[in-house]
Amino acid sequence: MRLLLTYLTGLIFGIGISISGMANPAKVINFFDIAGIWDPSLALVMGGAVLVAMVGYRFAFARSAPMFDTMFHVPTRHDIDLRLVGGSAVFGVGWGISGFCPGGAIPALGTGRSEVVIFFVAMTVGIALTRLYLRAKDTQTQPA
Amino acid sequence: MIETEFTPWMSLGGGVLIGLASVMLMLFRGRVFGATGILAGFIIPAHSGDRAWRGALLAGMISGPLAIWAMTGQMPAVEVPVSTLAMIVGGIIVGVGVTVGAGCTSGHGVCGVARFSPRSIVATISFMAATFITVYLVRHVFTGGVL
Repeated sequence: MRLLLTYLTGLIFGIGISISGMANPAKVINFFDIAGIWDPSLALVMGGAVLVAMVGYRFAFARSAPMFDTMFHVPTRHDIDLRLVGGSAVFGVGWGISGFCPGGAIPALGTGRSEVVIFFVAMTVGIALTRLYLRAKDTQTQPA
Repeated sequence: MIETEFTPWMSLGGGVLIGLASVMLMLFRGRVFGATGILAGFIIPAHSGDRAWRGALLAGMISGPLAIWAMTGQMPAVEVPVSTLAMIVGGIIVGVGVTVGAGCTSGHGVCGVARFSPRSIVATISFMAATFITVYLVRHVFTGGVL
C-alpha cells in the first residue's frame, strides 16, 4: 500500500512533467532563448509548482512526522559554498546544451525515445562517477 | 531550431501536478522530491532498505507519458533540436553538476524554493543564469555549431 501510494506520487509527477513541456527539450531551450524564439511556458510550470508546494508543505509540516516514516528527512544545511554555486552552474551549462534536466528526462524515458535513453545513460554515468569521487574525497579529508 | 507554442494552461496545470506530487512525497515519506537525489540514492544507496520506495517513485515517473498515451492515444511531444553528441556531452555535464550542486530543478528549484531554503534559492539562481548564458552562446554567438 505504501509503495503503491509512492508509485502514484511518481505518476502524478510524471504526468505533470509530460503535460507541462519540461520533458520536451525544444520547449525547454526556447524558454531560455529570450533573444530568439522565446516560449515563456516554463515560467508557469515552476511558478505553479512552487506555489502549490509552498502551501502544501505548511500542511505536511504541521504533522510531527510523515505518514510512512518516523521523521522528516529535509536538508538542514544553510552554508553557501563553492560546490553548491559551481555545481549548479555546471548543471545549467548541461541543461542549456541538451534541454533536459533530471526531472524532465526520467519521465521522458517512458516515451521510449532513443535520444532520451542516450541522455539518461550519460547523465547516470556522470552522477555515479561524481558521487563515488566525492564520497572517496570527503572520507579522505574528514576521517570518521 | 524548433519553434514551440506558448502553452500557458497545460504548463500551469503540469506545474500544479508537480507541486502536488512534491507535497505528497513530503506528507507520505518526509522527503524532498528532487529527481537527482531520488535517482542517485537508487543507483548508489546510502544504506540498505532505501531502494524500494525510490524504485516505486521512479517507476511512477516513467509511467507518466504512458498514462498520457493511454488517455489521449498520443505520447507527449519530445522534440530534440540538438545533436546526439550534444545529448551525450550535456548528459554527462548535467550528471556532474547536479551531484556536486546537490540538486536540480525539482529539488532546489521547486522543493527548496518552496521551503525558503537559502541554499536552494542560490542554487536556482546559479543554474538558471548558467542555462540562459549557455543557450544564448549556443544560439546567438557560436552559431556555426560546436557540438
